[in-house]
Amino acid sequence: MTAPLLEVRDVGQRFRASGGMFAKTRQVVAVDGVSLRLETGGVLGVVGESGCGKSTLAKIILGLIKPTSGDVLIDGRSLTTMDRRERARLIQPVFQDPFSSLNPRQRIRDIVALPLTAQGGIPAGEIRKRVDAMLSRVGLDPAMGERLPAQLSGGQRQRVAIARALVLHPRLVVCDEPTSALDVSVQAQILNLLAELRLEFGLSYLFISHNLAVVEHVASEVAVMYLGRIVERNEASALFHAPRHPYTKALLASVLTPEPGLGIPETGLGDAMPDPANVPSGCRFHPRCPVAVERCSRDSPTTERAGAGIVECHLAPVG
Amino acid sequence: MRALRNAGLCVGAVIVGFTLLVAIFAPILATQDPFAQDLSRRLIVPFWMEGGSTNHLLGTDQLGRDYLARLIYGARISMLIGIMTVVTSGAIGVAMGVIGGFFGGRIDDMILFAITARLSIPLILVALAVVSLVGSSLTVVVMTLGLLLWDRFAVVARVSTMQIRTLDFVAAAWSAGCSRPRILLREVLPNILSPLAVVATLEMALAILLEAALSFLGLGVPPPLPSWGLMIAEAKDYMFFSPWVIMVPGLSLCALVFGINLLGDGLRDLLKTGRTT
Repeated sequence: MTAPLLEVRDVGQRFRASGGMFAKTRQVVAVDGVSLRLETGGVLGVVGESGCGKSTLAKIILGLIKPTSGDVLIDGRSLTTMDRRERARLIQPVFQDPFSSLNPRQRIRDIVALPLTAQGGIPAGEIRKRVDAMLSRVGLDPAMGERLPAQLSGGQRQRVAIARALVLHPRLVVCDEPTSALDVSVQAQILNLLAELRLEFGLSYLFISHNLAVVEHVASEVAVMYLGRIVERNEASALFHAPRHPYTKALLASVLTPEPGLGIPETGLGDAMPDPANVPSGCRFHPRCPVAVERCSRDSPTTERAGAGIVECHLAPVG
Repeated sequence: MRALRNAGLCVGAVIVGFTLLVAIFAPILATQDPFAQDLSRRLIVPFWMEGGSTNHLLGTDQLGRDYLARLIYGARISMLIGIMTVVTSGAIGVAMGVIGGFFGGRIDDMILFAITARLSIPLILVALAVVSLVGSSLTVVVMTLGLLLWDRFAVVARVSTMQIRTLDFVAAAWSAGCSRPRILLREVLPNILSPLAVVATLEMALAILLEAALSFLGLGVPPPLPSWGLMIAEAKDYMFFSPWVIMVPGLSLCALVFGINLLGDGLRDLLKTGRTT
């Protein structure tokens, strides 16, 4: 069996949160023992509430922060053994907010060219040609390259961010909520563009979102994160049609329907927000779980195989 | 142009620009030698007063030197000190602030300590010590002010860098494979320049005032150089009978500092509204 494109092995990330000189330092567990696999050409969706560690996981996979434990492998090689240029040729990001992901002081052309210039040794004419080609591929007029980010709309900016991510022809693109800052009408365009480009360039996506409808649309496999752990992972169709973990069920129940008059759906989760600085004992989901039993507050559930995926719950049907 | 609609910015720019031009073209503008003494023609009144002559438009000082020529050359000293101090202290402060804000951790602690230490040093006292050790000269004034006035640059550069460093475009540059110096120079530095430009104008006004104060105390530019502060100091003995000798350099100093502050305020407003993100 060949190595998968992306393998995340038992990655953990703890931050020390200091409350001042004399306060006791607390530990924030942002990511705790996460393992993932993504084959070439696949789209792995990662969903969860804000603060569950999705973005920290994205930063670890991008090599922006070094995990406190575990390892990230690309094509079977550890991220830590690569230099910055090699890593850039394999993985590129598309961030959530197109207003902060483009340097306001640089022309669009220079922003898109950045991964090429950082590689070094590519002639200026070649860079120009590739930037122009990439701009027209993402649906922008190459003449726009002379403009500044402030002169572009949100959708155009996100196209610029996509062009920058793809100009080096990476193998994996980490999309951290790429559409959640955009207007609904533009979201669909960007999602379709991402889908086209994936086929055209043979890309794989790690697609992070809190929007289940978007993930259902793009992902071939979905991982559900809660308080830094993956609580359920499965093929997209299986996960959406037969969720096993109570948290996944609650998330699916919380999806807003376009029907007016239905109001905000009841999830049964209560309003106790999870706090990564204070992870509950036993199953970390038990204080909010609608079906928790006495055992859940005592024993941590183990990861069980469930169909093609995994689930981490004492009560979930396995096998 | 939005800049032209800001009255304060325009007035400030005109005052500073005019002073700068006067300073640059001093040898052409001054028809007389600012150092030439003529004790038989002491304390001549300016042309608009009774007994004034067009030969000495602003009259002469207590040693019979042409006051207009001294004022023009004094603009040179003030602008030179203002600009040199801002360049020196700006380079030191920005480098320290950017490094502290960008790297954080122990390096930032050290930079913060240096800023606190600097803020606890009284400037006049240091100037006194330096002058008593190496004597007073223009270079000593520029060096003393330049090596001491970096604290505000450091504070502003540090905080701005800390804000910029967490933005997604910096993360994108890391992911693009950029080196650390490249990220500092291309991504961080251009985006902290606007607040620093405002600090630069404030520091320039402060440096010019401090030079005048030091010269007044005899710790700054040594005579016979025509510094405005020195002119005020020399004029104070005559101010009751010849008030113009203290008014002319005093008002010039006021106008220049006022102009620089207007420029700084205008710049701040312009850059604030100019931000589109």
